[in-house]
Amino acid sequence: MHRLPRHRTQWEIDEQTTLGAAYVRSLMRSQLRAGIAAFAVLALPVVTMPLFFGALRNATVVWAVLGFGCYPLLVLIAWWYVRRAERNERAFARLVRGADPPGTP
Amino acid sequence: MNEAYAIPAVAVVVLATVLIGGFGLRISRTTSDFYVASRTVGPSLNAAAISGEYLSAASFLGVAGLVLVYGPDMLWYPVGYTAGYLVLLVFVAAPLRRSGAYTLPDFAEGRLESRQVRTVVSVLVVGVGWLYLVPQLQGAGLTLQILTGAPRWLGGALVAAVVVLAVAAGGMRSITFVQAFQYWLKLTALLVPAFFLLLAWHRDGGAPPAFPAGPELPSSGAGTGQPIATSRADHPLYATYGLIVATFLGTMGLPHVVVRFYTSPNGRAARRTTVFVLALIGFFYLLPPLYGWLGRLYAPELTHAPDADAAVLLLPGRTVGGIGGDLLGALVAGGAFAAFLSTASGLTMAVAGVLSQDVLPARGVRHFRLATVLAMTVPLGGTLLVSAVPVADAVGMAFAVSASSFCPLLVLGIWWRRLTPPGALAGLILGGGSALAAVTLTFAEVVRSGWLHTLLAWPAIWSVPVGFLAMILVSLATPGHIPPHTSATMTRLHLPESLTVRQTAAAAEGGGTGTRAEAGSTGTREGP
Repeated sequence: MHRLPRHRTQWEIDEQTTLGAAYVRSLMRSQLRAGIAAFAVLALPVVTMPLFFGALRNATVVWAVLGFGCYPLLVLIAWWYVRRAERNERAFARLVRGADPPGTP
Repeated sequence: MNEAYAIPAVAVVVLATVLIGGFGLRISRTTSDFYVASRTVGPSLNAAAISGEYLSAASFLGVAGLVLVYGPDMLWYPVGYTAGYLVLLVFVAAPLRRSGAYTLPDFAEGRLESRQVRTVVSVLVVGVGWLYLVPQLQGAGLTLQILTGAPRWLGGALVAAVVVLAVAAGGMRSITFVQAFQYWLKLTALLVPAFFLLLAWHRDGGAPPAFPAGPELPSSGAGTGQPIATSRADHPLYATYGLIVATFLGTMGLPHVVVRFYTSPNGRAARRTTVFVLALIGFFYLLPPLYGWLGRLYAPELTHAPDADAAVLLLPGRTVGGIGGDLLGALVAGGAFAAFLSTASGLTMAVAGVLSQDVLPARGVRHFRLATVLAMTVPLGGTLLVSAVPVADAVGMAFAVSASSFCPLLVLGIWWRRLTPPGALAGLILGGGSALAAVTLTFAEVVRSGWLHTLLAWPAIWSVPVGFLAMILVSLATPGHIPPHTSATMTRLHLPESLTVRQTAAAAEGGGTGTRAEAGSTGTREGP
């Protein structure tokens, strides 16, 4: 027989209960949303840019955008995503340990 | 180019690689040390190592060569090589680390609980690895030929020998130090000469070079890989999109990239490492296009010569001249060899890991060393057989195969619970197999012109959807084959380590629930 541990939600995840699975699903959904948002911010300009460049016929713009401008943006998107993913995980950890009385380690 | 300086520079790089590799030999004692550095590599060292491993001959020589010949449209290559890490970060990085597997076949077997899927993934890993190794060795042959006039095969053979020595001696731990060192070496080798090149360009009046505007590109000056050049000129937009799809989605499945993520201590560190990597390689990629741009001015004949890939090597001598030009040329040559050595050793490490686990009968360090030799022999043979394709294009084909097989496997495997082993097999074989067949036909020059050649040379646009669709549809058609432990696997992939530590601790205690609270409290304190 299992003795009910202090953290009930954690126990549900460990023991693969239906409720535990629902918790993990919610974490996955929030992480997938963050990933898709970051991917969309990347993909939408990238898909349109070759057409745009083709119509523009201005090599200087291509040099400026592809040669320099895009790299800081990539790092920015990555940084935003990491912050959001870690926030999701912290929120999830709070939810899982939600039953903790204040002051427990 | 003056070989009196270039040959010592190359020799120093080769010696440094071997020595740092030997330093690792004394540290790596256990099998776990050998394969993944016992997972103790911190984000900044690991990020430099990933970047050092990733920046290959295609980045160091190929990008500048293609930009020189075809103009700014080729800047999509470095952008794609970089953005691939962003896609990897947002969909794969942390769960891949949390899967706790050493290699892609380990991941496939752990997620899908099927030996068959493992075998197919192993074959594809070896295929992609070999495909990627061939241009590295060709680049080495070209560089050594330009430096010394040595025959083409010699440079490739030299790189192959050094890599086999370094990898077989020290394994992953030594490779981590070697790779981190080589990132900074490669950056210096392009950054310092670039500074002097710009000074010389300013001295010469500072006129910008003339590139053909718009999509009408010269089809005349392709030299080797002529059919690819004609195809690119005929269908530039299709080639660009094919390249974008392949590089953006293919990076996550490259065997030498994937194996590096297992060396992070946890999923959070894996994510942070990836941001560092984006910054490091993004900074590096500011430089090769500059060489292509100046090459148009100072080495315009290369647009018609067979080897535009040599632009980076020739520019310092042409532009700066004198003893300064010779010294800078030597620095660039050393950096180029660092590029061949680092990427080739990472790939050899990954391919040898798969060979020793899935092909050779027994595991262990001695079999790993045998596998290392095997992993390098085949691409070395390939280098001698196939005709030269521009290195960036050849590497692009390896990306295409990876994007059509491993990308669907990783993305669906991590985010979709209904993926089944038959579905994964169908996707890997139809997507990856067709892409592999397409690039093999391109290398063999079976089809030389027209739309069919274009479709085969840039397969990612059609083969990636084929891979995803086959995986999804066949999985939906075989719902009875969903692996029994899918739910537990998904939990492990996505749960932060701070919450899973107690789980493993409890498992180690034989499932005793009484110890869990303590294990959990130590786990939750695991901070940044």
